[in-house]
Amino acid sequence: MKLPLSWLKDYVDIDISAEELAKRLLCCGFEVEEIICKGKEIKNVVAGKILSIKKHPGADKLLICEVSVGNGAIRVVTGAQNVKAGDTVPVALHGATLLGGVKIKEGKLRGELSQGMLCSGEELGLTSADYEGASADGILIIREKVAPGTDIKQALGLDECVLDVSVTANRPDCQSVYGMAREIAALLDKPLKPLNLNYDEEKGDSIERHLDVEVLAPDLCPRYMVKYVIDIEMVQSPSWMKRRLALCGIRPINVIVDITNYVLLEVGQPMHAFDYRFLEGAKIIVRRANRGEKITTLNEKESGLSEEMLVICDVKKPMALAGIMGGENSGIREDTREIVFEAAKFARDCIRRTSRKLSVQSDSSARFEKGVDAGLCEIAMRRALALVHQLKCGKIISGIKDICAEKLSRKVISVEKEKIDRLLGISIEKEAMMRILNRLEFKVSFEKDTLLCEVPLFREDIDGYPDLAEEIIRYYGHDHLVPTLLKNASITKGGKNASHKHADRLKDVMVAQGFNEIITYSFISQEYFDKFRLKASDPLRKAIRLLNPLSEKMAVMRTTLVPSIIETVATNTRKKILSGRLFELANVYIPSSLPLNSLPDEKPMLAFALFGEGEDFFTAKGCVENIEEHFGLELSYERGSYPFMHGGRCADVFCGGEKIGFFGEVHPDALEEFDIKQRVYIAEIDFRLLEKNICYYRGFKPVPKFPEVDRDIAVIVKEEVTCGQLLETISRKGGALLKEAELFDCYVGGQIEKGKKSMAFSLRFGSEDRTLKVEEVDQAIEKILKALNQEYGAILR
Amino acid sequence: MREKVDVLLKEALIKISGAADSVGLNDLRVKYLGRNGELTALLKGLKDIPPQDRPAAGKIINEAREAIEEALKHKEEQLKAQEKQRRIEAERVDITMPGKRQALGTLHPLNIVKNEIVDIFTSFGFELCDGPEIEFDYYNFQALNIPKDHPARDMQDTFYINDNILLRTHTSPTQAHVMESRKPPIRILSHGKVYRSDDDATHSPMFHQIEGLVIDTDISLCDLKGILDEFARGIFNENTKTRFRPSYFPFTEPSVEVDVTCSMCGGEGCRLCKGTGWIEVLGAGMVNHRVLLNCGIDPEKYGGFAFGLGIERITMIKYGIPDMRLLFENEVRFLSQFRKGR
Repeated sequence: MKLPLSWLKDYVDIDISAEELAKRLLCCGFEVEEIICKGKEIKNVVAGKILSIKKHPGADKLLICEVSVGNGAIRVVTGAQNVKAGDTVPVALHGATLLGGVKIKEGKLRGELSQGMLCSGEELGLTSADYEGASADGILIIREKVAPGTDIKQALGLDECVLDVSVTANRPDCQSVYGMAREIAALLDKPLKPLNLNYDEEKGDSIERHLDVEVLAPDLCPRYMVKYVIDIEMVQSPSWMKRRLALCGIRPINVIVDITNYVLLEVGQPMHAFDYRFLEGAKIIVRRANRGEKITTLNEKESGLSEEMLVICDVKKPMALAGIMGGENSGIREDTREIVFEAAKFARDCIRRTSRKLSVQSDSSARFEKGVDAGLCEIAMRRALALVHQLKCGKIISGIKDICAEKLSRKVISVEKEKIDRLLGISIEKEAMMRILNRLEFKVSFEKDTLLCEVPLFREDIDGYPDLAEEIIRYYGHDHLVPTLLKNASITKGGKNASHKHADRLKDVMVAQGFNEIITYSFISQEYFDKFRLKASDPLRKAIRLLNPLSEKMAVMRTTLVPSIIETVATNTRKKILSGRLFELANVYIPSSLPLNSLPDEKPMLAFALFGEGEDFFTAKGCVENIEEHFGLELSYERGSYPFMHGGRCADVFCGGEKIGFFGEVHPDALEEFDIKQRVYIAEIDFRLLEKNICYYRGFKPVPKFPEVDRDIAVIVKEEVTCGQLLETISRKGGALLKEAELFDCYVGGQIEKGKKSMAFSLRFGSEDRTLKVEEVDQAIEKILKALNQEYGAILR
Repeated sequence: MREKVDVLLKEALIKISGAADSVGLNDLRVKYLGRNGELTALLKGLKDIPPQDRPAAGKIINEAREAIEEALKHKEEQLKAQEKQRRIEAERVDITMPGKRQALGTLHPLNIVKNEIVDIFTSFGFELCDGPEIEFDYYNFQALNIPKDHPARDMQDTFYINDNILLRTHTSPTQAHVMESRKPPIRILSHGKVYRSDDDATHSPMFHQIEGLVIDTDISLCDLKGILDEFARGIFNENTKTRFRPSYFPFTEPSVEVDVTCSMCGGEGCRLCKGTGWIEVLGAGMVNHRVLLNCGIDPEKYGGFAFGLGIERITMIKYGIPDMRLLFENEVRFLSQFRKGR
């Protein structure tokens, strides 16, 4: 909210700098986001009166002006053609500074002495919003009577400082000059000067004869008030009013509209003015809109209405969207002579809903949405009429229509002082409490140790004693708080639960294997499902859609982490980072049904990706095996099949009888979709299923007492026979004596027949109660080899 | 005999001491002491001398044998030591060459910082709690004193799934769930991903929050200040100070914004803190009585405080990261920089 300092000074004597004021306001909860001083850079520029003009002897397009600058006249050469003798214009004297720090010096222009420069609006940082005509080409012509020599900042109001203050949502009462002046008065401990609310009425006539008002929806309109003003002189507003509106970002229009805007800025009550001519039936009806009813608002937009919306009507038609925007059919025009001023309180949620639904916003709706108190209508109405009176632009007919459904009574809060002290943690003297609350217009007294407090009407945010405590500490100062460490609290058991610790440990395992943790967005593009060639029936396609996504790229809640991690690989390879290991532990969102009517399952998943030289299916598998070992899992593998995975290099991972995930090489088609030109290996594992099978400790097994015997065997088999099949046979036939068996070599080529391969296993035999005899081991080996031969045609190499 | 032995011994000792390596030394052992060795030969020759002289001669020969064995042993040790020394010298490596290892990975900086924050608060008895990211409007807003069409909803641009279900805009709904389901005393941290429809250098549509909640019989604003002072010192440095500024959140009353002294300039004023010496890091306050009532807790009996902070913001301040989008781009050269663990 923009607050011109001079306007604030109308109501409170501010004797500190804008910067100091900003600092003090911050400590009371008002953040000054910016201090705007337009003329800050402008120096040594004065108003000058052009005495005479003659042509430059050496240049057709230049003029030489004789300009009075107060203490004498100077010669200025200018290229502008819009000046004439008698004009008052801004003159930058020798040594002046303009916008952007531009310096002006005396010098010769085509041989003629120029002792300064005539300035355009732009050179002074002015636009037509600041001063009418300021944006025009050429020199700025000052219309007001200003004595030559007057500092231009003073003449054009460039000395004005505007504070841009952000007001929190709980303080609609501070959304105005007067509201902030009240806080500043309390802050500086100075009196708040009253608003001028005085005006005279035309006694002979009464509003009763001209207008009736009926409020049919008091729940949406707790107060509705109108006054009737005739003999409007539709003139331009005085320059001080236009300037203030401009400083606050509002375009001046005509005196009546300007008065309503001025009052909105000054006291925070939106007002509206209707042209009485267009009011049919001499009656205003405030009611819910009829379904299908239509209104064209002042912004020339037609809106279809519904029953939840509030409209201001005459007997025939809607004339305004209550609190949001007037209708085109009843607005103030240049020839308007009689008006009805409206000041009302509308329910903020109704305004908010309607404004959102119709996409019609205005300063008025923005203000109503924040909340307006019923007491303010009257102050605003009187202030508007006082301005009409002051500007002599209309005659005010006596009488008022004021329909008020809300009780205008002040809330009373009584609370033991001790409660406030306990909430704050320090004891504040009664006098200090009273002083602070009084300054904020609360009526306060103490009955023994009980604080009795009458809340001003405009403080609808005050709800209970914690609000009073906040007001008190806000002005008493938070720096008086003495830090304590939960001094009267019970001991509690804190920390992380088992699942948090498992997750931490899993991340440690990944980090130890060289993975960088990534964090990617939970929402993805639905396009990925097509890129992954998923079937229409694929459960991964059953994803929750956002109603209002930022873009289609972030439109559905992911059902798998795989697209995000491949996308991240792509981000890296695009930047020529051609190798890496990445992992993410994050939720996927699985709805039980769509559209969603209950909360989905948020399933934590581990995804990882490996890419670059040295990575292959088995380095990926090695990572899975390290996880297995770390958490004491017992995993098994089956060939996996997914449309986005390489058909020959993908495995499903099983644990405890359930599939817990998969890993392998990404399908070349999928990689092409991501424009990745190298192989990528990924895995996705359900963290909850992994967690379920964690077994850090399986009980103690004694180390072997008797020496064990190691034997290696190498067999030649057909290429399609798997290591897993051979190992299964070996361990089945090895019997109790076989302690370990693992593959140590797989060889294809050279001495091996085509279509076959050699697989070499190292076996370890042992017994708990004796040293094995050579014959026992030989027998076991023989049995194994025989079975391998029978089952897979394996031949000892 | 003695002369013979002496000559042999002298020659043997000279040769032994001059042996170049263990092979040469072994040849000498054979030459003198072997089955056909020279000294062995002398010993064998004893049978040719008169019996009465034999003991004396035997003694002389044995003494010589012992001397040779001693010399051999000594020389052997010496040679072994020399050979080891030579090997060691030959095996000299360039110790500045890199080690062979599985390179370590890194945690994401947001999680490094989150872990640090969690460690600080769990040490004060806070329990880490989880809650759903896809939430009911009721828990995200209404239970927290933000009714439908309340202006405070403008503070948080919300992603909706339908009228009733949304992506949580803060981690506060977890607090409402805990208050609803447990009896005080409550001392929890809620954490996780939150979502708001905002996307620029300082806002991300998904970001991370961590919030604390304490409910007990006698909790004051001073306790909040105390805990947050500890937090600020723990996460930045021992000299960090905090400042409370009045503010507004619908779920707390009184509410404060909390600033810390700028970690870059220590409060002198610099570019990071825009010359003010202070950096806003979190919002906090005493839990609003309406929120307690909504969650079934008697505000006459219990009260407490809550605070919430954005992990992105703390991370950006801590590491001097200028653009939030870097945190979600996940470029390896960025990620690899953050080595500090738990």
